[in-house]
Amino acid sequence: MSEAVISSIGGPVLRARATGPFHVGEAIAVGPARLPGEVIRLKGSELVAQVYEDTTGLRPGDPVHGSGRALSVSLGPSLLGRIFDGLLRPLDQPTDAVRGVEQTPRRIAFKPLSKVGEHRAGGSIVGALGEGRIGQLCLMPPGIGGLVESIVPEGSYPEDAVLCVIRTPLGDSLEIGFTQFWPVRQPRPVAERLPPNEPLVTGQRILDTLFPVARGGRAALPGGFGTGKTVLQETLAKWCDADVIVYVGCGERGNEMAEVLDELPQLSDPRTGRKLMERTVIIANTSNMAVAAREASIYTAVTVGEYFRDQGLHVALMADSTSRWAEALREVAGRLGELPGEAGYPAYLGSRLAEFYERAARVRTLAGGTGSLTIIGAISPAAGDFSEPVTSHTKRFVSTFWGLDRERAQARFYPAVHPLQSYSDAAARLASWWMAHGNAQWLADRERLLTILESQANLERMARIVGKDALPPAQQLTLICAELINEALLRQSAFSETDRYCSPARQTAMLRLVLRFIDAAERALARNVRPEAIAALPVLRRLKRMGEEIGEGLPERFDELHRLLDEDLARVEKEAEHAT
Amino acid sequence: MRPDILAAGAATAIEGPLLFLRRTVNVGLNEAVEITSDGHAPRLGRVAALDDDAIVVEVLESTIGLALHDVRAHFMGEPLHMALGPGLLGRVFNGIGQPVDGGPPVAARKRLRIDAAAVNPARRALPRDFIETGISAIDLMNALVRGQKLPLFSGAGLPHDRIAIDAVQNARLRKKTDGEFAIVFVGIGISHDTAEAFRRAMQESGALAHTATFLNLASQPSTQRLLAPRFALTAAEYLAYEEGRHVLVVMTDMTNYCEALREVSASHGEIPSRKGYPGYMYSDLASIYERAGCIQGTQGTVTQLPILTMPADDISHPIPDLTGYITEGQVVLDRTLDHKGVYPPINVLPSLSRLMDQGIGKGFTESDHPALANQLFASYAKAARVRTLASVVGQEGLTDLDRRYLDFADRFERELINQAGPRTLDESFAIAWRLLRQLPPSELTRVSDAQIARHTGASNPVQSDA
Repeated sequence: MSEAVISSIGGPVLRARATGPFHVGEAIAVGPARLPGEVIRLKGSELVAQVYEDTTGLRPGDPVHGSGRALSVSLGPSLLGRIFDGLLRPLDQPTDAVRGVEQTPRRIAFKPLSKVGEHRAGGSIVGALGEGRIGQLCLMPPGIGGLVESIVPEGSYPEDAVLCVIRTPLGDSLEIGFTQFWPVRQPRPVAERLPPNEPLVTGQRILDTLFPVARGGRAALPGGFGTGKTVLQETLAKWCDADVIVYVGCGERGNEMAEVLDELPQLSDPRTGRKLMERTVIIANTSNMAVAAREASIYTAVTVGEYFRDQGLHVALMADSTSRWAEALREVAGRLGELPGEAGYPAYLGSRLAEFYERAARVRTLAGGTGSLTIIGAISPAAGDFSEPVTSHTKRFVSTFWGLDRERAQARFYPAVHPLQSYSDAAARLASWWMAHGNAQWLADRERLLTILESQANLERMARIVGKDALPPAQQLTLICAELINEALLRQSAFSETDRYCSPARQTAMLRLVLRFIDAAERALARNVRPEAIAALPVLRRLKRMGEEIGEGLPERFDELHRLLDEDLARVEKEAEHAT
Repeated sequence: MRPDILAAGAATAIEGPLLFLRRTVNVGLNEAVEITSDGHAPRLGRVAALDDDAIVVEVLESTIGLALHDVRAHFMGEPLHMALGPGLLGRVFNGIGQPVDGGPPVAARKRLRIDAAAVNPARRALPRDFIETGISAIDLMNALVRGQKLPLFSGAGLPHDRIAIDAVQNARLRKKTDGEFAIVFVGIGISHDTAEAFRRAMQESGALAHTATFLNLASQPSTQRLLAPRFALTAAEYLAYEEGRHVLVVMTDMTNYCEALREVSASHGEIPSRKGYPGYMYSDLASIYERAGCIQGTQGTVTQLPILTMPADDISHPIPDLTGYITEGQVVLDRTLDHKGVYPPINVLPSLSRLMDQGIGKGFTESDHPALANQLFASYAKAARVRTLASVVGQEGLTDLDRRYLDFADRFERELINQAGPRTLDESFAIAWRLLRQLPPSELTRVSDAQIARHTGASNPVQSDA
């Protein structure tokens, strides 16, 4: 491989004189400690590279070793349930070794699904993995095909075993194992991109009912500090119905990673009963870890996501936060003396964001299955201002936008997603899914809720001028209904054991109740019931607390509420009749 | 440690804090340098950049008085370290870790790099121990947990120092656990008066013997403001992880730190981001704040209570904004409350403790604590909205319920937030439930019927309202 010698260094950026060919994006090892780095520019025999670890102690004259290949990560079945740094190096190894877990090489069950003499194309299935794993497959690396020369019989094998040997058309033999390398900045190929037409069920009412994200879709989650981005991302990582979760903590707090590591092994998936940790890969580049690796960590995460997607799995990637990644871009660009664009960010910020989000998709895989990768990116806009460059660029590339609101967060109204600032253009395509899952009128219901919330905002503005008392009864009722929608449906505590996850069936039941109340209340108003009498109905408190009080699988309790609701309204109607 | 290397007569230029030397010696990036010049005390610096011919040294003090011909650079062969050992407590150091109390140097048992390596997140232990500070607005609604970093967002002239001193003096755990308390106080660009007030308060409460003080006064070089918290945190980590103490680090004023960062960045000719602050300010602040925490397998902890004054009381200014993204919440002081005579003038609405949910509730404080806190936030937020409404349409345009909320807001500030002396958590609970009784139980949707019955005596929340 090519070698080079450092000629200058400052911060994470170095220049070196090369004695052989290097290519842009090539992974390098720097100095006596062989720190990982990447070539970012070439000029004549000089190369410019960024180093992914602390460069303290490096000096001119230190060697730079080329690797001949782009910055790549090793993808394999043992990624699940573990934590890695931004370059996919395990962070949990030392402690595991202490506990004796890693002392014997792990063995993984393998079942061949191809025969000697068969032709296997790139990306097709070689075998399946056992051990009750979530349908994981062992695949051919994309782009290389050939005849199966030999394959091991069913059994369990160490992680680094050769499982299959392929003879390529050029006559080379290629060894296939559990793991494969892939350059992080290059999207993995697929057979076909499919339209996203089923939702990623998050178990959060405000998201699933009002602003759904499709499997293979892209969602952005911007919010100022303290608006609950991270809690919402963690909630999604815990309860959304993906097969695999890739959680990347990019430039965020170490304690948050510790929290995820502490909590996930204790929680079970409400659908499969398995420990949530078993389906999760955590990639951590905390805010105090090297900045350059922060930039790479996002690509590492999306590559890991694609790897599982290619096995026909549904993957959700939570990136917290894409702003820190953009800042890492800015910092390196600054050190290279590039001309700054808006707010100091490099001019290519928009295209980098586009490339990243474009890797989300629902696809037909090369192996013939259907998989998806959904990207949910948190944004930390400076001063909570959504017009800053990262948010405004991201808005152009995402289909679902969950804007977090400071005022809601201050009232501890979580999730603090603002219903009037958020949107989802996936809704129309997902109506048929809801129709098949118990709510044929979902689209109409959703619009009704949004209309009431919109009028609430208008009426509150008006009340600020004329006073609440001066509003006509119909408008006062709208305010009562809007508050009910907020309290009963949209508020959902991530810390409540009953309510942290809400199945589509329960969401529909709750939605039905709220709409029934609104219908009944409007009818009552038409029969001269005063809005104050409606606001004082005991059933309102029950409805506002039903998320907390009625857990999963108790439909009879919702029926009971239906009865209570009808009784309450019938009573006030009768009273109004008497009065007149 | 490698032998020292000396470079004399190699200086080619001095630009602001940067000293350019011909590369006559083989040194590495970030190594510490001591610059001497005839008739001046030695100055600290570090190797900021290197190329084939030149060494760029960032001088961490003023470069006034340096001349090219007589500059001698003494390279230490390693990055800045601090010698630590028993006897740190009770001592006073300057911003670069040298004793300034007239005492002897600390007997070194261990030398630690002042830029600690980032803690592997997989090795962190989750902070869970609730610290009772005696301040209702904090204990009840924004609880502080051991290993947390919880800053005070203040404004010029607000009593943040007094609050910090109160919190430090009264801090105690509800559960008895092993390990002793220690306090590390870091003054960053503060006035002599502030430093003295803190020292006196610590002395009066007898806590001075458990306190290590690091002072960079306003009159001292601003570049050293960047070092003071790093030296202090290195000492804190020694006290926590070597001596097994629970260390509370008070850092005031982080705004001065950020100003110094901007000053140094500008002198390097770096491209500024917002308001002239460098683009890496987030990462730089993180390298300080992320040093709070608990490590698996060690007994001690480092808790940070940084103080910053928001320029022009603006919470969206880059300093509080970036800080809020890193720290685990914030306690925000409010000038209006201060004018009303409320002490401590903590505005709970923009305040937040992210680790609160891990440290309160069943098994930590009391099982109804989370719901109670939640209800207080919801009710006070609603009351604040009513206040805005009332300021426009007047009280006449309000409903009866709205007027009850207005009354609730006033009493909440006067009776719960305002306090003359420290309160136990149980006292705070009692006041909070008493205030909530002022609102109709049907409004209390964040607490259960059972909780209402238990604490307010109303057996059926809705009926009792009618």
